[in-house]
Amino acid sequence: MSNLTELTISESLEKLRAKEISPVELTEAYIKKLEDNKKYNAYVTTVPEKALEQAKESEKRYMSGANKPLDGIVLGIKDLFCTKDIRTTACSKIIDNFVPQYESTVTQNLLDDGAVFLGKLNLDEFAMGGSNETSYFGPVVNPWSKDVKLVAGGSSGGSAAAVSANMCAGATGTDTGGSIRQPSAFCGVTGIKPTYGRCSRYGVIAFASSLDQAGPICKDVRDCALMLNSMAGFDEKDATSARVDVPNFESFLGQDIRGLKIGIPNEYRPDGLNEEIANYWDKAIEMMKEKGAEIVNISLPHTKYALPCYYVIAPAEASSNLARYDGIRFGNRVNGKNMEELHINTRSSGFGKEVKRRILVGTYVLSAGFYDAYYLKAQKVRRLIKNDFDEAFKKCDVILTPTSPIEAFAIGDKKMNESPINMYLNDVFTVSVNLAGLPALSLPIGLSKNGLPLGMQFIGKAFDEKTIFKASYQLEKSVNFKRI
Amino acid sequence: MAEYILESANGEKWEVICGLEIHCQIISKSKIFSSASTKFGEDANECVSFVDVAMPGMLPVLNMECVKQAVKTGLGLNAKINKYSQFSRKNYFYPDLPQGYQITQEKHPIIGEGKVFVDLSDGSVKEIGIERIHIEQDTGKSIHDIDPSRSFIDYNRAGVGLMEIVTKPDFRSPEEAGGFLRKLRSIVRYLGTCDGNMDEGSLRCDASVSIRKVGETGFRPRCEIKNVNSVKFAMQAIEAEAKRQLEIYENGGSFEQESRQFDPTTGTTKYMRKKEYAHEYRQFPDPDLPPLVLTDEFIEEVRNELVELPDAKKKRYVENMGLTAYDASVICENKEVAEFFEEASLGHDAKKVANWLMGDFFAMLNKKGVDIKNSPVSAKNLGKLVELISKDVISGKIAKDVFEIMVNTGDDPEKIVEEKGLKQVTDTSAIEAIVDEIIANNPDNVASYKAGKNNLLGWFVGQVMKQSQGKANPGVVNKLLKEKLD
Repeated sequence: MSNLTELTISESLEKLRAKEISPVELTEAYIKKLEDNKKYNAYVTTVPEKALEQAKESEKRYMSGANKPLDGIVLGIKDLFCTKDIRTTACSKIIDNFVPQYESTVTQNLLDDGAVFLGKLNLDEFAMGGSNETSYFGPVVNPWSKDVKLVAGGSSGGSAAAVSANMCAGATGTDTGGSIRQPSAFCGVTGIKPTYGRCSRYGVIAFASSLDQAGPICKDVRDCALMLNSMAGFDEKDATSARVDVPNFESFLGQDIRGLKIGIPNEYRPDGLNEEIANYWDKAIEMMKEKGAEIVNISLPHTKYALPCYYVIAPAEASSNLARYDGIRFGNRVNGKNMEELHINTRSSGFGKEVKRRILVGTYVLSAGFYDAYYLKAQKVRRLIKNDFDEAFKKCDVILTPTSPIEAFAIGDKKMNESPINMYLNDVFTVSVNLAGLPALSLPIGLSKNGLPLGMQFIGKAFDEKTIFKASYQLEKSVNFKRI
Repeated sequence: MAEYILESANGEKWEVICGLEIHCQIISKSKIFSSASTKFGEDANECVSFVDVAMPGMLPVLNMECVKQAVKTGLGLNAKINKYSQFSRKNYFYPDLPQGYQITQEKHPIIGEGKVFVDLSDGSVKEIGIERIHIEQDTGKSIHDIDPSRSFIDYNRAGVGLMEIVTKPDFRSPEEAGGFLRKLRSIVRYLGTCDGNMDEGSLRCDASVSIRKVGETGFRPRCEIKNVNSVKFAMQAIEAEAKRQLEIYENGGSFEQESRQFDPTTGTTKYMRKKEYAHEYRQFPDPDLPPLVLTDEFIEEVRNELVELPDAKKKRYVENMGLTAYDASVICENKEVAEFFEEASLGHDAKKVANWLMGDFFAMLNKKGVDIKNSPVSAKNLGKLVELISKDVISGKIAKDVFEIMVNTGDDPEKIVEEKGLKQVTDTSAIEAIVDEIIANNPDNVASYKAGKNNLLGWFVGQVMKQSQGKANPGVVNKLLKEKLD
């Protein structure tokens, strides 16, 4: 029954609750799929036996009627979430054999709701990258690839590819500058980066602490709502997690959107924007109009500074966050004649090129004499970007933009690898959301002429994911995207 | 105040400028950003959480107990409490610094300017300005002396809360710095915010020293003497460093700002490293910790928990209890001593209690090598002993014997006096009989006395006291002898 893996989470739950299928049966189907789809390199660690044990426990709960909200649902976990007794690597050589003795709050929440973990998903090293090519374990292959192997996007490339190729029902992702939304767009799946503070960062390996936020990648909007409900919530172990109630997101799906004001930012339609993407954007606007939404033109004037601002702040925080990988207490160590050499050897050998680049940039922008010109200036720009959104949301309820200016490209693409800037430019529609700490969801809008998925994103007010869910559910219905 | 002036070979007068930075380990059950215990003396790496060793994905969560302690200290040092403060990261690599950065407060410390009053030996009081106090995490401890080729690290201390107290460059002599350290230690102990044990490292001091010619304005380069671990060494280090600098200037030399170390065995300071500014700490606000915002209610709550501090106590002892300023400040320096004193003097003559406390009692503690908490003589019993003297039940001399017994047995002095029959004899007729007997048995001395050797009166008193086994009231003895002999 291989089509079990094609079910959405909500469809699976229905069948599980009706006892039409069992958690063990479901888990076995995914394990099979995992074997069949190894070519995508989506998983870096699999724990099928553990998953089956969890499935058996789940089965008992269904039999006794003590089943939980996500009981028996098979998930993949981005390998940035620490999972107790399961190797967690951040896809970096420096901790490629690290086994945490603790569980991240988000994954613990999912376990508490009965989820089954199949394994750990590939990502760009320490989530630094937009194509999954910086992973120590090699790039993820986009399941939509035809003749040429395409990237799955990044950094949550493994998560998006695994969901897209039915290797799990849903996956966790993290989004620092677009790392949930961009791979979701590339792989034709749906992913939401919640408001900063919505999900606990405890146990999530840090990239840039003020930007990192965990969220789900799923087959559709409803699944994202279900999964986010389980992942989210205040956590006293994370001082930046928000004491804000988590509404039942699913209850907003299907709600009427007549009169909903949808903002369209002028600045997101620069000259030379990919025509296909521009057309799909127009199409999405039309679809929302048909549903009775009101379209409002808005301005986010500081958008053009978002990328440079992001590429100062994120590396600055990363350079400090990654200082703990020094070969002393855990992870790999390369010895030297003295302490300083040990540090240098360990870090030189353990970190990949892109991570080193960002550590260098981050160290530079925080240095005495450069701090004011870079880091402090970037913080001020960040405030202006946030103010832009505050102003815009006085006129609209939710903002609609493309997720990425391009479709998935070939692994090893010459232009992308020529200069890191070319790769960074792909984040142009996503990073300002992180800088402002806002929630945003990407969903498939259709296929390009090359037959590759493209995505649209809804950006919401802080802690107003419910409006995003409401709007995207309606767009999803209109689009009726055909998954793999 | 006596000036502390150095004189160079050519007769120029130089003064010392000194400021202190004191790291105080905060008394709290758990560490400043984790729930691990702060217990001292546990086995290596027993008090360590995943946060303390900076495991991937671990996050700091501020322990409000440490915040409260810092606020309390600020209030105790008459300082401004900043309702908005911020944590920052000070980045550098060292094996005993697990995160690769220390969480501290740079631009926005929790406590602002304050002041401390220091009593000097000549009876004057010097005001020392506090620049700021910020809170931060301690590092682990590198251990290099277990194995010749390997180093070890104990992370028990990593993440313990510290208060860094920075003074203004207000010290002009080693004595002022020493007095300040003692006063500060006394205050934090009173407050219960730091145990102040310099030898255990729970209070560590860095001293910045420069000198300048008397009359010069502005400052010359300074050197920082790191990690001095006793008040005495701090004073010696400042003096030694000032003299070293003077010698350089005398020889027409100059020097750069640098960190130095005091070596107590040679009594000199030696070069450690170029001053911090050569370091690159890349400080920036810690994105894991939101700014710390204190409410007025919180600050008031802490203020209400404040105990009476040494300055206020001293004032009360002098004004209400009749103690001398010197006695009062000695007793107040140590909270336990002050508590003992207050208990002992309750209902009794406070001045006499103070005399006993600072005389025989301290001498006894010293001799026995015990601290006041373990004194064999309780405060209540010391008070009773003084009361027995005041009421003429026993003489001062007998009291010393009683005290001896109290030290050995811990007994109540009333009981001792009763059991041993040491009550002073004030019955005139009983004493008169002894006086008569002594006069009758010593006609020669009586004759000499009458011939003008007045100082023989003391000899007669002594004889009577001896005969009465010390129990005769010396006043009565004196009076009777004079009556009979004159």
